[in-house]
Amino acid sequence: MTAEPGRALREPGPATGDGSVPAIFLDGVRFGFHVDGRQTEVIGGLDLEIAPRSIVAFVGPNGCGKSTLLRVIAGLLPARAGTVEVEGRPVTGPDARVGLVFQEPRLLPWRSAFANVAFPLEVAGRDREARERRVTDLLGLVGLRDWSRARPAELSGGMRQRVAIARALALEPAVLLLDEPFSALDSLTRERFNVELLRLWERIGATIVLVTHSIAEAVFLADRVVVLSPRPAQLVADLVVDLPRPRRPGDLDAAAVTRTAAEIRAHLEGATDDAFAVAAGDVPAHAQPDQAIP
Amino acid sequence: MIRDRVVPPLVALAAFLAGWQLLVFVGNYPPFILPGPLVVGERFVVAWTDGTMAPHVVTTLAEIGCGFVGGALAGMLTGYVLARSRLANRVLSPYLVAGSAVPILALAPLIALWFGSGLFAHSVIVALIVFFPVAVSTWVAVHGVDRRLLEMARSYRVTRGQRLRMVELPAALPGILGGLRIGVTLAVVGAIIAEWTGGETGLGVLINLARGSLFDIPLLFAALLTIALIGVALYSLVVLVERRYAIPAV
Ligand SMILES: Nc1ncnc2c1ncn2[C@@H]1O[C@H](COP(=O)(O)OP(=O)(O)O)[C@@H](O)[C@H]1O
Ligand SMILES: [Mg+2]
Repeated sequence: MTAEPGRALREPGPATGDGSVPAIFLDGVRFGFHVDGRQTEVIGGLDLEIAPRSIVAFVGPNGCGKSTLLRVIAGLLPARAGTVEVEGRPVTGPDARVGLVFQEPRLLPWRSAFANVAFPLEVAGRDREARERRVTDLLGLVGLRDWSRARPAELSGGMRQRVAIARALALEPAVLLLDEPFSALDSLTRERFNVELLRLWERIGATIVLVTHSIAEAVFLADRVVVLSPRPAQLVADLVVDLPRPRRPGDLDAAAVTRTAAEIRAHLEGATDDAFAVAAGDVPAHAQPDQAIP
Repeated sequence: MIRDRVVPPLVALAAFLAGWQLLVFVGNYPPFILPGPLVVGERFVVAWTDGTMAPHVVTTLAEIGCGFVGGALAGMLTGYVLARSRLANRVLSPYLVAGSAVPILALAPLIALWFGSGLFAHSVIVALIVFFPVAVSTWVAVHGVDRRLLEMARSYRVTRGQRLRMVELPAALPGILGGLRIGVTLAVVGAIIAEWTGGETGLGVLINLARGSLFDIPLLFAALLTIALIGVALYSLVVLVERRYAIPAV
């Protein structure tokens, strides 16, 4: 870690108590699209510091700009204003330090699971032997070693998403961004995947940022939950989830979970653009089925 | 079941040949108007065994080969550029539409005037007729490549060449092969039309000879049969490649 001048002047974020270089650093980040010759505002001035090896969940109403924010952090979209840094160095384009898992698996249908995971390694010019070693490790990591020859069409939705995660980890990114990674899965599978994700995280030692609509999921996985406002996305709340790790679905302190979940929900209610959800005094409907997980 | 795949086509073929023979028999047509299948079959075998057919087939196949490869490559290149460059699309697409509407029959004599009647000139005509369907299908196929896959590839910092080789070509392959399938049968047509404008050998030349100075109508039919067989063989070849390489999207 390099200690740049000026770094020490920054106030450490909530989870960056030790003053180390944050894994992700956002300072006044703005972004908008050009639509029909007009500028829209999607991200409206966001400051955020995320500590290395932490898990942070972004929650916010539909269309508020969560996916866009992940793209800005990954360097797929350029911030209109402000600074985006990963491990203390600015992000100027698609970046090897960041692995992005899209909402859909986005696998190449003509490639096997193995060859899909090998894709970033081929692009980066790694030789065959190095590729084979790395891909075998990664498929083992996500529990798909026996499926390496299968085409995406032969895999279940959950397996495809795991292949996508393995692919995103191929170049050993410091930061893994997950955009509603398990939203297409049924709630039982999803619960199992969350446990697997925590195990994976313990082994890879990367920082994870995930977007989710499920408050239960956010509380179960994250060290911090960042609540975003309706578009343009702004910080509404930044809550620390004070639950011990390792976490297992059964043995979390139920009272602490409920308290944290209620807090997030209260902030979301203020933030939601969904009149019905506000009237019903609840989070958007799609987040309901798995609220009772922990 | 292999029997289910083999038997019905054989029955259909037998019915076709029987109908043909029956038509000749009932109409009592002389062989120089409509020869029966037996006469044509016999002439076909004789023409192949006495060495009449082979040199013409070699010429026509050479023209088809050169013209198809040239036209298909040019078509794929044009289609790709049209799909990826807005400027090229705006400038070139009217010409592509206009060009594909011009009948090759009208262009062929002009090309003979410019380039003569050798292998090159004939291959140019074949290439022209192959070019348009391949260009249009490549254009459509590349344009339709899933943008989400392209964004995924971009997140791993692909170069233009890597994007083409590892994402766009494989994704567009089914569509491009569809164009090649049309192109390969048109290539046969193009070669015959080209040979009608002049030339020493070729199946088109043989047809002209059989109809004209030789007045050997069974030979004309034998040449047509050869052309049809070439078409079927080349088409099957493309389909084979398609089965082997083109994996449809999920
Ligand atoms: N490529 C784009 N062009 C124009 N507007 C877009 C584009 N992508 C997303 N948007 C708009 O930006 C806003 C945020 O989108 P998104 O980040 O996908 O929201 P979220 O992931 O929070 O649901 C939405 O209003 C959406 O319509
Ligand atoms: Mg989204």
